[in-house]
Parts: sequence; C-alpha cells; structure tokens
Amino acid sequence: MKIEKGIIAVFMLAAALVSTYVYARTEIQNKGSDTLVNVAQAWAEAYQKIKPDVAVAVSGGGSGTGIASLINGTVDIANASRKMKDKEIRLAEKHGHSPVEHIVGFDALAVFIHSANPVTGLSIPQLKEIYGREGKITRWTDLGIEVPGCQDQQIVVVSRQNNSGTYAYFRKAVLGKKGKFRQGTLDMHGSKDVVDLVEKTPCAIGYSGLAYATDHIKMACIQDGDACVSPSVQTASSNDYPIARPLLMYTSGAPAGEVKEYLDWVLSDAGQCIISDKGYAPVRKIACP
Amino acid sequence: MEQSSLDFDRRNLDWYIDRFVQLLVFISGISAIIFIVGIFVFITKEGIGFILDTMDPGEFFFSQYWEPSDEDAPEYGILALVAGTASVTGLALLVAIPFSLGSAIFIGEFATGRTREFLKILVELLAAIPSVVWGFIGLTIMNPLIIELFNVPVGLTVLNAGLILGLMTAPIMTSIAEDALKAVPDRYREAAEAMGATRWQVIFKVVLPAAKNGLLGAVLLGIGRGFGETMAVLMATGHSVNLPTSVFDSVRALTATIAAELGETAVGSDHYQALFTIGIFLFIITFIINLTADLVVRGVRRG
Repeated sequence: MKIEKGIIAVFMLAAALVSTYVYARTEIQNKGSDTLVNVAQAWAEAYQKIKPDVAVAVSGGGSGTGIASLINGTVDIANASRKMKDKEIRLAEKHGHSPVEHIVGFDALAVFIHSANPVTGLSIPQLKEIYGREGKITRWTDLGIEVPGCQDQQIVVVSRQNNSGTYAYFRKAVLGKKGKFRQGTLDMHGSKDVVDLVEKTPCAIGYSGLAYATDHIKMACIQDGDACVSPSVQTASSNDYPIARPLLMYTSGAPAGEVKEYLDWVLSDAGQCIISDKGYAPVRKIACP
Repeated sequence: MEQSSLDFDRRNLDWYIDRFVQLLVFISGISAIIFIVGIFVFITKEGIGFILDTMDPGEFFFSQYWEPSDEDAPEYGILALVAGTASVTGLALLVAIPFSLGSAIFIGEFATGRTREFLKILVELLAAIPSVVWGFIGLTIMNPLIIELFNVPVGLTVLNAGLILGLMTAPIMTSIAEDALKAVPDRYREAAEAMGATRWQVIFKVVLPAAKNGLLGAVLLGIGRGFGETMAVLMATGHSVNLPTSVFDSVRALTATIAAELGETAVGSDHYQALFTIGIFLFIITFIINLTADLVVRGVRRG
C-alpha cells in the first residue's frame, strides 16, 4: 500500500516535470474574484487566439483569495471586486510587493428574489433591516407581502463567504461602514450558488453580480425616494444604480512585459467589448460590433 | 590469544545488516510520534501569534460572532462553530450508535459462516466510501428529500449532515464494537447458557456488560471521527454561522470553516492565525477523545 503510494507519487512528480517542459511558453497566473472569473476566462481565451505563446491561467475563489495569492507571490494578476484593505496593502509590502490597482470595468450588484416573490422594489434601509445584525425584518410579512410557496414566511437570507469581495462591498454599501451581517445567513461559495439557491427557494433573498442573473430569477429594483432603479449595464455606467462597484485587477508593482501587454489589451476596445458582452459595464463608452 | 578474540568478533556483513534493519524498524516505529509532535509544533507555530497578541479567550470561546474578515472590527468567536460541530456530531451519534451496536451484535453473535464474512466485507466497504461522496449524497439526494418531506425552505441542515455523518461513523464503530464483543471469552457465554439463559439474555446480561469498555471506546472514536470530519460536513450543513435551535437550522462546523477559509487568507494575517488556533483547538479535542477511548479500552484488559 505504502509502496504503491510512493510509486504513484513518483509518477505524478515525473508527469509534473514533463508538463512544465512541454509548456515552455509564458504563463500569466490570474486568480481571484468570483464575480470576475467568467470575464477573466473569456479574456484569457480571446487573448490566446491573438497571442498563442502566452497562456493566461484563470481561477476564481473570491477576491480575498486573489489578494492573498498576490501577497504570497503566487499570482501575476489578482482579480478583485473590492479595493484592497489597508491591512492587506501593508502585508503585501511586508512580503515585498507593492500592489498597483487597475480598474477594468464596473458591476451592478443585483438583489435576487424567487420568481414567485411579489416584491418589486426594496430600499437600502429595508435591505439593511433584512441583512443587518440588529435587523427587524425576518419575515416577508414584515414587508407587508406574502410570498406564495414560502412556509411561515421566514426570510432565508443568502449571503457570501466572508472572503468574497461581493460580501465586503455589500456590507459597506448596504449595512454601512460599521455594519455587521446577521447570524444564520447561508454563506454561499460562489455567485452562481447564490443564484441557484434563490432560484429554487421561494423564501430566499440573495445578492450577486448582475452578470449571474438568469431568466428564472427576479431582480428587485432599488428604491431611492420615488424612483426605483433596476440594475443594468447602463445604470451601472451612469452611476444611477446605488450598489455598483468598480472591478479591479491588481499587479505587484507596475506591470511589465507580457503582463503589461495583457492588461493593455484588456483595457482596449476589444477587451472592453468582452466585458460588456458578459453583462458588466465597460470603463468608458465604446462601440462594440 | 589474539587469534581467539578475532574468532569471537562476529561483526560480519550479516551482523551489520541486522543492526541496520533494527535501526530502520526502530525509526519506523517511532515515526508516528515524530509526526504527531511535528504537526503539533507546526500548527502551534502558525497559530501562537494570534493566541498571544489578538485573542481574547472570553470572546474566542463564548462569542457567537465569527467575522474575521471585517477590516475595522474583526470578530473571532467560535461558539457558534462549536455548536455547529457539536450538534451535527451529536445527531450523528444518535443515528450511529443503535445501527452500529445492532450490526455488531448481529455479526459477532448471530451471523455464522458466509453471512458473517459477507457482512464484514460490506461494513468495511461502507467505511471506505470517500467523504466527498457522502457530501454529494447530502447535497443532491438528501437536500431535496428533506425539503420535500419536512416542508422546510432549505435542506442543508443539522439533520442532513447528522444523518450523513451518522452513516459515515457507523461502519467504523461497528468494526470496533465487534472486536470488543469478540474479546469476551466464550466461557462467559457457555456458563450463562448452562444456567439456562436464552440467547438474548446471554447477550444483554453477560456479553454486553463484559464488553462495555470496548463499546464505549468505539463510541468515543466515533465522536472523534465526527469532530474531525470535514468534507461531508462542509457540503451538507449549509455553511451558516448559527446557534442551532432545531435540526432544521443550517450550521457551520469548525473543520468546515478552516477548509473554506484557509486557502483564501494571507499567510501570517490574523485571520490565518485564528484558523490555525481553531486547528489547535480541534487537535487538542480529538487528542483528548482518542486518549480517553484508548484508556477506556485498556481498562477492559486490566480488569
């Protein structure tokens, strides 16, 4: 048994060595925000066609993951859907990296509800009562509505795991700087998991990047006085939608060489058309084919 | 004189090989101790900074708020996580004890020949199912089933994880419990039968009391397993920091928290060290449980 394991380990090591020799081309490691992972993947694939000798390896995991990897020096570009915290910047500098921020797009944070839910608009204070630690709204009936198919009308509050940039941004934008989430939220591991769960659960409310919306789910517009602003690429670019945020890429030091070329391409019209195609707002007005 | 002393010196090649193999076996023998000590030193080294500088023991053990990624006011309370682990493990034991005790009694006392061998192989097979597969079962089969049967909004709950973990621990407990039953000398059974006891009376009044320590050890090892299990619990509990009030609440376990968050923290940050502190806590708990189990089982031999 032990010997077998040893043999397997030797083989795996050999395979790993061989594969590094086979891919003797430039590889850019790109990791982080779950919100950005689909776009980053699309960028990587499109870039592969333009420059076949550069491979961009994309993985998700959350903004915290990407930033942690940048601090630990295992990635070239970290994707983040929130700004780096002061503490993280200090830690990065301690590890010999000085993070440089690049805005690559904007994202509207959509509030999702089940398609059978009669709610149309929710205000920020209402969201705070639902998500906040001292929040008073725990049942849909507290909002004066009744959700069909939801036993006892208890709101199932869906959130994200605490290293997620979406989580951090939502807390700041909705609960305030010192705000805390309530206990007992279901902390999903990805934006897609949030949408999947809310889609299947009549009692649920969740939040995620607009790009993860499907046809089977409803998005609440955000009530601001009399107006109710729906999340969309347009309202995010025009700054009308109150919970929209910049999408960021971090590099260690000013980008150089292949990494710089890649980032320049991401910000070019070609790159920006890809991000707008994926449901996010581009950094500037562009005309896409 | 010189000649004869040379004759006595048998340090030929065989002698050296013998010595070498002895040394090798000795090193292998103590390697477990080296590894255990090494692991403990490693996790302590990673977590000690948090314990000394940041940790407030009162908050750590008695606060239910776990929000380590908050920049301004991070909260490191593991009470809700401990409650999550304990509730899932508790329910798992409620499921596993009757099952494993029943099948251990059947395999050890009733089944004979082929049936017995067949059952033993099946139990071992059940123990070999990877935990991620159990997690899958919890996620895709149990989750909709619980929603359907109990009319609750979410099926990833204490009930789900407890049932899964119960099924996972049962085969291990069965194996150990069966060994304990086998360790009871046959003369006990023969004596009881000679007194006219029925089979049930033999088992209930003679065999079980005699094997009591071994059975208790089996249960304790089951608890240890439950505390340490990660993957299935991560997938089936719903990942919600919560003090559960019913089996239909979602919770989060200590192990699941480490698994979900460790890869995503910067090495050396407070959050990272706090997770290692949870690791130290888990290590100590499982160490105590296993040590107790060992002492309890040993007790039966001395008595």
